[in-house]
Amino acid sequence: MPRYTKTAMLLHWLTALLIIAAFFLGLTMVAIPGFSPTKLKYFSWHKWLGVTVLLVATLRILWRKANRPPPPLASIPAWQHKIAEGMHYLLYFLIFAVPISGYFYTYAAGVPVVYLGIWQMPAVIAPDPELKATLKTVHYILTMTMAAAVVAHALAALKHHFIDRDITLKRMLPL
Amino acid sequence: MNTLKKIALVAMLGIAFAASAAALKTDPAKSTVSATFKQMNVPIDSKFKKYTVAIDYDAAKPDASKASVEVETASLDMGDPEYNKEVAKKEWFNSAQFPKATFVSSAIKSAGPGKLTVTGKLTIKGKTADITFPLTVKTEAGKQVFDGALPIKRLAYNIGEGEWKDTSMVADDVVIKFHVVAGQ
Repeated sequence: MPRYTKTAMLLHWLTALLIIAAFFLGLTMVAIPGFSPTKLKYFSWHKWLGVTVLLVATLRILWRKANRPPPPLASIPAWQHKIAEGMHYLLYFLIFAVPISGYFYTYAAGVPVVYLGIWQMPAVIAPDPELKATLKTVHYILTMTMAAAVVAHALAALKHHFIDRDITLKRMLPL
Repeated sequence: MNTLKKIALVAMLGIAFAASAAALKTDPAKSTVSATFKQMNVPIDSKFKKYTVAIDYDAAKPDASKASVEVETASLDMGDPEYNKEVAKKEWFNSAQFPKATFVSSAIKSAGPGKLTVTGKLTIKGKTADITFPLTVKTEAGKQVFDGALPIKRLAYNIGEGEWKDTSMVADDVVIKFHVVAGQ
């Protein structure tokens, strides 16, 4: 059975874990009213997760360039493969776009990212209240688009596994 | 005659001295009073929107200078209206009870060209401490520009009570910065 490489699997599942954690942490932190140490701590952790997603995604792209994924299954119609491919492009785009929009958002708010509380990341833009409001919306829309794309991606994988009973999902499972 | 001359001389000196201690007019559009604190090592710059600065300064007689600063504690802008409301609360500035933080100089000494050492009393949230900090002064477009940074320990002034006492969350060290543009 042609599978993804173990490294590709690791990077895929690590990305999944990181973006799911960042997503729910993001929802949790913005729901905390007012101002509290917990809220600020969650904001920092959320940003660290975002930077980690960018690092992992960069490694993943480089790995994918050097190690091509297994070819599409012969049993899958070409049009379905096209849709899957389109979805993968969208997901890759969002894996970068969501954290980058958050990164710009926090710098527009005048709050630098200090990765893991140690490394201060470079400023990309000067504080700007108007841009801050725009970027907040952009970050939110991209995030919700990603949530929908991730759900569609997962449902498609489960459909292949349980309904079509093909090896699409198994190729990404290290079992 | 001799006595009159003496009186005249004293009077002239008095006028000269009064002129040297003339108060400067602060340009609020160009001046800032800000505080930088660190939250989980993230430096956050915040600015006081409402404050008054009074400086008496003459480059020829720097040691005769005087300075006082009065800041409205509830006017701290951290860049987010929701957070700005929190700052006035009891755990932070308790602005209802302590609406103003003040600094009044007791001595200003020349510390080389363009440099001053300022000593005085800093009062925040009802706590007063004697502090000394360096201030630089330069002339730009006919106005005096004063820049100073004053490091303080926030807990010494009870800023951030209760769960905010945790310095791993918000560091004890806070730097108050002055950038004052003033002229005649």
